[in-house]
Amino acid sequence: MSASADKPELTAKDFRSDQQVKWCPGCGDHSVLVQVQKVLAALGARREQTVFVSGIGCSSRFPYYMATYGFHSIHGRAPAIATGVKCANPDLDVWVVTGDGDALSIGGNHILHTIRRNIGLKIILLNNRIYGLTKGQYSPTSEFGTRTKSSPMGSIDHPIHPVSIAIGSEITFVARTVDVDVQHVQYVLRRAAAHKGTAFVEIYQNCQVYNANAYGWATDRETKGDNVVYLEHGKPLIFGKDRDKGIRLNGDVPEIVNLNQVSPDDLIIHDEKAADPSMAFRLARMLHPEYPEPLGVFRAVEKPTYEELLMGQIEAERAKRGPGRLEKLFRSGDIWEVAETGAA
Amino acid sequence: MGTATTNKHQAGQKPAKHIEERLQAAVRFAGDSGDGMQLVGGQFTATSAVFGNDVATFPDYPAEIRAPIGTLAGVSGFQINFASRHIYTPGDRVDVLVAMNPAALKANIRDVVEGGIVIVNSDEFDAGNLQRAQYSTNPLETDELSRYQVYKVPITQQTLAAVKETGLGPRDAGRCKNFYALGLLYWLFDRPLDPTLSWVNGKFARVPAVANANKLALEAGYAFGETAEMFAVRYQIRPAELQPGTYRNLTGNQATAIGLVTAAQLAGKPLFYGSYPITPASEILHDLSSYKNFDVRVFQAEDEIAAMAAVVGAAYAGAIATTGTSGPGMALKQEALGLGVMTELPMVIVNVQRGGPSTGLPTKTEQADLWQAVLGRNGECPVPVLAAQSPADCFWSAIEAVRVAVKYMTPVILLSDGYLANGSEPWRVPDPDRLPKIEVRHPTDPATFQPYARDEHGARPWALPGTPGLEHRVGGLEKADITGDVCYVPENHHRMTELRAQKVANVLRDIPDQEVYGDPSGELLVVSWGGTFGAVRTAIEQAREAGRSVAHVHMRWLNPMPRNLGEILSRFRRVLVCELNMGQLQLLLRGRYLVDALGLHKVQGRPFMVSDILSRIDELMGGRAS
Repeated sequence: MSASADKPELTAKDFRSDQQVKWCPGCGDHSVLVQVQKVLAALGARREQTVFVSGIGCSSRFPYYMATYGFHSIHGRAPAIATGVKCANPDLDVWVVTGDGDALSIGGNHILHTIRRNIGLKIILLNNRIYGLTKGQYSPTSEFGTRTKSSPMGSIDHPIHPVSIAIGSEITFVARTVDVDVQHVQYVLRRAAAHKGTAFVEIYQNCQVYNANAYGWATDRETKGDNVVYLEHGKPLIFGKDRDKGIRLNGDVPEIVNLNQVSPDDLIIHDEKAADPSMAFRLARMLHPEYPEPLGVFRAVEKPTYEELLMGQIEAERAKRGPGRLEKLFRSGDIWEVAETGAA
Repeated sequence: MGTATTNKHQAGQKPAKHIEERLQAAVRFAGDSGDGMQLVGGQFTATSAVFGNDVATFPDYPAEIRAPIGTLAGVSGFQINFASRHIYTPGDRVDVLVAMNPAALKANIRDVVEGGIVIVNSDEFDAGNLQRAQYSTNPLETDELSRYQVYKVPITQQTLAAVKETGLGPRDAGRCKNFYALGLLYWLFDRPLDPTLSWVNGKFARVPAVANANKLALEAGYAFGETAEMFAVRYQIRPAELQPGTYRNLTGNQATAIGLVTAAQLAGKPLFYGSYPITPASEILHDLSSYKNFDVRVFQAEDEIAAMAAVVGAAYAGAIATTGTSGPGMALKQEALGLGVMTELPMVIVNVQRGGPSTGLPTKTEQADLWQAVLGRNGECPVPVLAAQSPADCFWSAIEAVRVAVKYMTPVILLSDGYLANGSEPWRVPDPDRLPKIEVRHPTDPATFQPYARDEHGARPWALPGTPGLEHRVGGLEKADITGDVCYVPENHHRMTELRAQKVANVLRDIPDQEVYGDPSGELLVVSWGGTFGAVRTAIEQAREAGRSVAHVHMRWLNPMPRNLGEILSRFRRVLVCELNMGQLQLLLRGRYLVDALGLHKVQGRPFMVSDILSRIDELMGGRAS
C-alpha cells in the first residue's frame, strides 16, 4: 500500500466510480465490492497507485465500479495481464478479481503459474459455483450432479477446490471467506493486502439467479455455526453453535470430536506459517457436509516475490556491468572495420 | 563459384598449385548434428567477414536435438556464401560440400553445382553408416558422383593422428575432426587461421588440452591441403568493397533482440519481453535475457497466451512491451492481440514464421502467416504489419515497429522468418547517438484528460497507472468515443471501428513511397516481401543484366500498403508476386488494387533459389535469360 502523509485521507466512497453497478439484486458481488472499498480506504490506499484487473464473467465487471485504474480484460487472462502490469511497474498495488469459471476453467493455467511465481498480486476469486454471465451452465466448482441448462441430467464433471489448487501451486497466502460475513471479508482482505507476494482469497459468493443459496449452510444463522470452522493462527480448531466441537487428527485424518470428551489441547492447532503446506492442504480438503469448512487464513508464509527477483537481477547486472550502453552492445561480438579504401 | 578471372602460381611453394581468383563461392559444411558443423560454419563466416568478404549464411539443422547418429534425420548443415562483391543470399547451390558421413553426402549432394568440389570423410563410409544413410552401394566406389570433383580424405584418422600428442581419449580427440575439415577449407580458400585460433584459445581457455587439440586439428587440415598431392587448385576471393564502417555479423534473431533493446533505450523506457519458447524465435528470448543491464524485463510465460496478455498489461503500465513467437504461437496470441487493438496500447509482436499449418516444419522457413498477421483476430481488427527483408534489417525493422506502435498507440506485427532468424549477414554498426529518439508522451492533466480522445495521428493518450487524477478503466468491451466508457450504441460501434481503421491507415504518414528497382514501367513487375528480398533482387539483377525489361518492388509495409503502390502496379503489363506461401500477398493485392497479379509459390521449408525466380520470369516472358 502506498499511504502518504501529505495527501488527504480517502473514504470508502472515494473508491466508488461514477458507473452504475449492474449486478443482479441479491448478488454477493455487491457486498464484496463495498468491503473492498472500505478496506482500501482503511488501509490508506491511493487510487492512482491501485489497479484492478479482471477477466470475463459477472465478477469481472468489478473494475468499472472502482475509482482506481482498471482493466476489464479477456476471459481467463487477468492474472497474466496483471503480471505484465506488475513487471512494468512493481510500485503499483495490483488486484485481480476473477470468478470460478474465469480463474479455474479457461484461466486455470494462468492461476497455477501466477501463484507459483509469487508475484505481488492480490487475487480475489468470487466462487458462486456456476456460470452466471452466460446464463447458468455448470462451472469447474459446481458439485457433481448439478443440474443446469448444459447438464439437465446432472453434471458429470468432478469439481475442483480453489484453496486446494492454490496450495498445490505453492501459494504463499491463501484464505477463504463468505460474501455476507462482512467483518470476516474485511479481515481477510486486509490480511491479503498486507501480504508480500501472491495473495489468493476465495470468497463464497451467492448467485441469486442461477445458484441461489448454494452456501446457505455456511451463511444461515441457524446452521453456520456447525458448518464452518474459523481458522486462527495458534488456536485450536473449535466450532459449533455452542463452540462445543473441535477437530483433531486421528492418525492422518481430521476427525470431529466433542469437547466434552476431548481436551482442546488435543485438537489441531492452526499454524498458518507452517513451512510444510500439508496440514493447510488437509484443512482445504475438509468439505461440507462431512466436515465444517474452514474459513480464514489457511497459509501465510514469506518467500521472495517475483518482482523483487526480477528487479534484483536487473540491479545486480547494472552493478556488475554498469548501466547498458548501446555503443557497447552494438560492438560486442566479433567486429571488423572496413576502411574508406576497402577492407582493412 | 563466380567467374575465374586470373590464374597465377604461388611462388616458393611445393608443389606449385594454381591460385584461381573468384568473385564468389558458396560452401556447405554438413555432418551429423553432433559433429559441430554449425560451429565451424560460424568460424568460416567470421574469418571471411574479418577478411573483408561480403558474407551471407544459412544454417539448416534438424528439429530433433540428437537424431540417431549417422541417419538422414540427423544431418546438420551450414552454408556460407562469400564474395568480393555485394551479395544478398547464401547462394542457391554450393561450390564446395564437406560431407562428414554418408548421410550428409546423401542429404546435400543435390545442392552441389555440377563440377563442384565434394570433400568426404572417407573414414565414415563403412557398411553401418552407408546403411543408416540408406545407400545400398558405397557412392565413393561407383560412378554416382562422377559429375563432381570428389576428394576422399580420411578425416577421422588424420585428426586422431594430429591430436595424439595431447593425450585426449579417442572420443574427445575424434570431436576435433570438424576443425580438421575447417583447416582444409581455410587452405582451399586461402583464409588466415588466426581468427579461429584466437577464438579457440578464448573458448577453451579452461581446458588447454582441448584448445590445443582443436588447434592441432585445424593446422593439420590446412597442412593436408598444402602437402597432399590431391588438390590442383586453390581459390582466392578478394575483399569486397563494403561501405566503410564497423561491421558485425548478425543473425536475424540477434538483430531483432538488439533492435528491441535499442528502441526501448531510444524511448527512455524499460523493455518488457514476454515470451514462451518456440522454434525459431527462442534466440530472441535468450539474447534479451542477457541484456538485463538495459532494464530489460524478460518474462518467460506459462504459454503463448499468457505471454501476449502480459505484454498487454506491461503496455498499459508504461513499458515498451514486446513479444516474439512463431506461427502456432501467433495463432494463440490473436485474442489478446485483439485486446491490444481495442484498448489501443502500444506493443510489438514479432512472428518468426515457420512452415505450417499446425506444428508443421518447426525449423524450416515459410511466409504463410501474412494473412494471419493482416487478417487474423475476431472482428474488424486492423494492425500495422511490416516485414524485415534481411537478417540485419531485423534491427531496423524492430525499431520502426516500436516507433509506430508508440506514435499511433497500436499493436504492430513484425514478420520475420526462419530463414532470416538463423541466417546472418554483416551489419554496419550504427552510431547510437545519431538514431532518432522515440518520442513518448504521457498525459498528466486531469482537467483535459479523456481516455479515448485522439491526437493528430488518431492515437489516444497513453495514461499510466500511477498518475494522480487520471484513474480510468479500459477493457475489451466497445468504448464510447472520447470518454472510453463502455458503450453499446450502434452508431458508436461503427464510428469506433472507423476510427481504429483510420488510425492504422494514418501510419502511411510514416511510410515512404514504394521504390521501384529497375524500369519505372514496362513488361513485368516482380513483387516480393520479407525474407525473400535477397533471392528476388539477385534474380532481377541477373535478368536485367541479360536484357530483360523487369522491375522489382519489395514491400516492407504490408499494412497499410504504400500510397503509390496501386499506381505502380498499374504501370506494368504483368505483375508477378513471389512468396513462400500459396499466394497470400497475391490475393491481398488482387483484392485491394483489382490487379490480375500472378504468383510464384513455394512451400518446401526452404528459401527461394535465384533460379526459381529466373525460371518463372523465363516462363512468363519467353526465351531464356537465366
